Amino acid sequence: MCNCSCTGEPALSEKDRRLVELLNKYRTVPGVLIPVLQEAQEIYGYLPAEVLQKVARELQIPLAKVYGVVTFYSQFHLKPRGRNIIRVCLGTACHVRGGDKIFAALQKELAVDDGETTTDLRFTLESVACIGACGLAPVIMINHDTHGRLTPEKLTGILAKYE
Amino acid sequence: MMQDRTKNKTVKTVMTKQVEMDTKKKQLVTLTIDGLEVTVPEGTTVLEAAQKVGISIPTLCHDPELSNPGSCRLCVVEIELNGRKMRNLPPSCVTTVSGGMVVQTQTEAVRKTRKTILELLLANHPKDCLRCERTGNCRLQSYAYEYGADFPLSGSALDGVRQNYAFDDSNPFILRDMNKCILCGKCVRACGEVQGRFVLDYAHRGFVTRVVPEMDRELRDTACVYCGSCVSVCPTGAIIEKNKVGKGRAWDIRKVRTTCPYCGTGCNFDLEIARRSDSKGQMRDEVIGVASSIDAPVNGRALCVKGRFGMDFIHHRDRLTTPMIKKDGQFVEASWEEALTLAAARLQGIRAEYGGDAFGVLASAKATNEENYLLNRFARAVLGTNNIDHCARLCHSSTVAGLAASFGSGAMTNPIEDIAKTDFMLVIGSNTTESHPVLALSMLRAIRQGTPCVVIDPRKTELAALAYKHLPLKPGSDLALLNAMAHVIITERLYKEDFIKTHTEGFETLCEAVAETTPEWAESICGIEADLIRDTARRYAGAKRGSIYYTMGVTQKHTGTHNVMAIANLALLTGHIGREGTGVNPLRGQNNVQGACDMGALPNVFPGYQPVTDASVREKFARTWAVKVDALSERPGLTVGEMLQGAHEGRLKSMLIMGENPVISDPDSQHVIDALEQLDFLIVIDIYLTDTARYADVIFPACSFAEKEGTFTNTERRVQRVRRGIQPVGDSRPDWQIIGDLAAAMGQDFPYTDPASIMDEIAMTTPSYGGYSHKRLDREGPLCWPCPAEEHPGTPRLHTNGFVRGKGKFHAVPYLPPAEQPDDEYPLILSTGRRLFHYHTGTMSRRSGLEEVYPEEHLEIHPDDAGALGLKDHDWIRLSTRRGAIEIPVRTTDRIVAGMVFASFHFVEAMINKLTNAVTDPIAKIPELKVCACRIEKIDGPEGYVPPAHKRVLW
Ligand code: SF4
Ligand code: SF4
Ligand code: SF4
Ligand code: FES
Ligand code: FES
Repeated sequence: MCNCSCTGEPALSEKDRRLVELLNKYRTVPGVLIPVLQEAQEIYGYLPAEVLQKVARELQIPLAKVYGVVTFYSQFHLKPRGRNIIRVCLGTACHVRGGDKIFAALQKELAVDDGETTTDLRFTLESVACIGACGLAPVIMINHDTHGRLTPEKLTGILAKYE
Repeated sequence: MMQDRTKNKTVKTVMTKQVEMDTKKKQLVTLTIDGLEVTVPEGTTVLEAAQKVGISIPTLCHDPELSNPGSCRLCVVEIELNGRKMRNLPPSCVTTVSGGMVVQTQTEAVRKTRKTILELLLANHPKDCLRCERTGNCRLQSYAYEYGADFPLSGSALDGVRQNYAFDDSNPFILRDMNKCILCGKCVRACGEVQGRFVLDYAHRGFVTRVVPEMDRELRDTACVYCGSCVSVCPTGAIIEKNKVGKGRAWDIRKVRTTCPYCGTGCNFDLEIARRSDSKGQMRDEVIGVASSIDAPVNGRALCVKGRFGMDFIHHRDRLTTPMIKKDGQFVEASWEEALTLAAARLQGIRAEYGGDAFGVLASAKATNEENYLLNRFARAVLGTNNIDHCARLCHSSTVAGLAASFGSGAMTNPIEDIAKTDFMLVIGSNTTESHPVLALSMLRAIRQGTPCVVIDPRKTELAALAYKHLPLKPGSDLALLNAMAHVIITERLYKEDFIKTHTEGFETLCEAVAETTPEWAESICGIEADLIRDTARRYAGAKRGSIYYTMGVTQKHTGTHNVMAIANLALLTGHIGREGTGVNPLRGQNNVQGACDMGALPNVFPGYQPVTDASVREKFARTWAVKVDALSERPGLTVGEMLQGAHEGRLKSMLIMGENPVISDPDSQHVIDALEQLDFLIVIDIYLTDTARYADVIFPACSFAEKEGTFTNTERRVQRVRRGIQPVGDSRPDWQIIGDLAAAMGQDFPYTDPASIMDEIAMTTPSYGGYSHKRLDREGPLCWPCPAEEHPGTPRLHTNGFVRGKGKFHAVPYLPPAEQPDDEYPLILSTGRRLFHYHTGTMSRRSGLEEVYPEEHLEIHPDDAGALGLKDHDWIRLSTRRGAIEIPVRTTDRIVAGMVFASFHFVEAMINKLTNAVTDPIAKIPELKVCACRIEKIDGPEGYVPPAHKRVLW
């Protein structure tokens, strides 16, 4: 955010500038918190604490309330997200066909838990309920690609395709 | 659980009871509840109607002081309307009555539903009742008992998962254990709706939904002000007060209703007292904390951190427990008899040799009315001098003088409740949220509801930041600004002609005086744009019910009295006085500074502002006190400053100081110390060995407010009871008794048996207190003066039928710059004030948990000034003025105007009054504590200095 003098960056980064613009646009519009948060997340990729603080201040909504909204909706993220999002289905069909084993294997392989991101920001791992591909169970999605009929052994090869 | 987190609700939506009540008279509705017929106004809820006839319905999420979500469903009832049963069981707390309703509150179905709800809550609740602090005082527990609900059997289908959230134990006051939270949301609403802080809210989703401070931080890293409102509403053990942990169960605790000893807001609360063993294993009654109560007239359940958590000073080990006599420069313990005999002998000797005017007496804005009255008698009738004064000299003596001259009465004209009724608030020189925290809640609420508020203050205080406009004027330029406002109101003919004709005098004088004080002229002095001054004047004048609130920023100037008169001028021009929601409202500082003034702790007046120069008044008091009339001096006495000067010059030989600490509180401390050292004999009555007591020859140990009976008068002139909760600590005695003992030792027996009997005499001699007695106050609750007779209901609003002095008087009050201007040698302006977490000279607040959250003072400085001096946060500086120097760390903030620095006077380590200017207002003799010239040099901090972690700075 703004206090980047320590890193020698200009005081206001491109992202910060866009946030200011966004807030200026919406400042006086009531009921606008969710769209603002969505757009802010577009800008930053996630919602850093300082951004929430700024949104709260500018829209004059208590920070505690903003935080409540952000944590209520799964679409919002407080931590940086990976370049590739892995969604592991744990719906009934997948569960029956060993979805949990796939999930456990991924956890082990990437050394992260549900909802977490690898330190190199390459992958974020998330569990989801049915994604509508029960015929292919067990299923994962990476970004927009669906991978079905999985066994734990196939995973390493699949992951390798994503940088 | 009902949550509207998704809706971007603005902060303004809460409707107060007041507003609701204001909306016209309501139709009445009759219904039956459990066979009883009830008639209530329409809009009443079924719950309220039931409570009215004494039927209790269990509630968890409902609260009469908060908005209500109707989410817990525990309050369900059965309702039949027009012969048809309402579907489901409606929650009574959000169902409004209608005519002919038939309500059943205890049917089988109702009881069963309630039991199920409780069982569901218990399914995830820690099985912790044995050692939970709330046991005996927990709603979940008592309802479980009432409805036969139990924790589920281990391993049964109902036995749910317990959460395992970490405690938030991060601060000295409040412990949060969200495992016991039932998500009723009352803390969330109390924090927002009552405190206006919005620190808490629901977060996360589903089973892990919980109430968290903003960003899931620990409380100490949020904007929390530790007011404890959340504690006071929590129905379970999820939020508790740390100070009470392990000290007693609900049934071990005795409650005594009393009045807060800190600020002039005058909150009421219950002292909570348990029988416990002290450090030596002796059983004693101990104040373990306080509990706020919904029926407290000033504050309801709201308190500030000092009132709720600042009571450790009562049992602090530093309490003086026996009299002390100084022998060879050392204090040694003495018996009461020895100390009294010595003191009496010395006082008599001095009186015989030098006469009564060799004495100076400082009364106390902390002590009760009864005690101040008695000390006033002691000074005038026993010592024979009118040299009696107290710290009101340093805060509102200019108000007393200025408003008396303008209106005829020097007190706040309107009650606190009028803040809800005003439609324009002008707040001048008052950092209200820190100095009068609970009074400020009404202001914050008014602002949330859209009342325009303009704050005039060199610092962007919390209130200023929320106000419609903030006018950051240059320190000391208030009078220019106020005169310019008068100029605008007059030249634009915004004044109220009728009102001026009927109720005032001297209009022409004012017109002449402000003819030239244009906003442009004022801009050149105070740095506020002329148009902004115009706008403010127009808004104030144009309001239906404009009100002004002010404090030390106005009064602590060498033009203090004139500043006050300039404010009074504005009210007189616009007629914003004598009506609801208007008025000129000086907020008094100390818990009983109003009362101490009322009780004649002033050199020129007897109790009730009856002049010492008036022979008939002297006669009355002589008669009452059984002394000869000529024993009472007709010469007005000396003010605090004059006494100290007299001591310096050797004219004043002896002083008696009760519960004041002039070494820290008065300007130019070194001068004060020199003066006290000059005295032949100094008596101090206090609860601690204060920095002033160190210079005493005899110290008498007094009782704290928790150990005595009496009354305090709050800022709105409300006389309220102080009640004894515990026996005197050690060998201490209440001040009234000490004064009586001393008088007796000097040969004058006072006839009082207890404080109530003193109040009876006050009622006899002091017209405005004529209707008070302890009995009546106990029966009817607190009442505002003037209350001249037993049947009189008290007077919340002054000047409603014309002014006390007959006509309101305009005064010509020309602007004068501060006595000390910045120059090359001292280029900055130093201003002083207070912090939320401490009080006055810190004798009480610094002996409590408050010290932990605010352990050290800092100097506020604008980043520009800091930059120029090469300073960053936590650097140490030497701050010097023409009178002295102190060392203190800095904190940069752009909420102060450049060119000015600020610190509080609470800390002896950073004794700011070593530096302040003792130059005084010629009329009220109030020192100019708010402005003096100063200089800053960077120095090395103390070795190994680490800035205190988690110190709470509000902004
Ligand atoms: S102590 Fe007061 S400010 Fe802090 S969270 Fe509780 S209600 Fe809010
Ligand atoms: S902490 Fe207490 S007041 Fe707050 S939601 Fe939980 S149970 Fe209710
Ligand atoms: S606002 Fe004043 S009177 Fe009320 S609790 Fe705080 S210090 Fe005490
Ligand atoms: S259950 Fe996994 S895709 Fe339907
Ligand atoms: S008390 Fe009525 S719904 Fe909670």
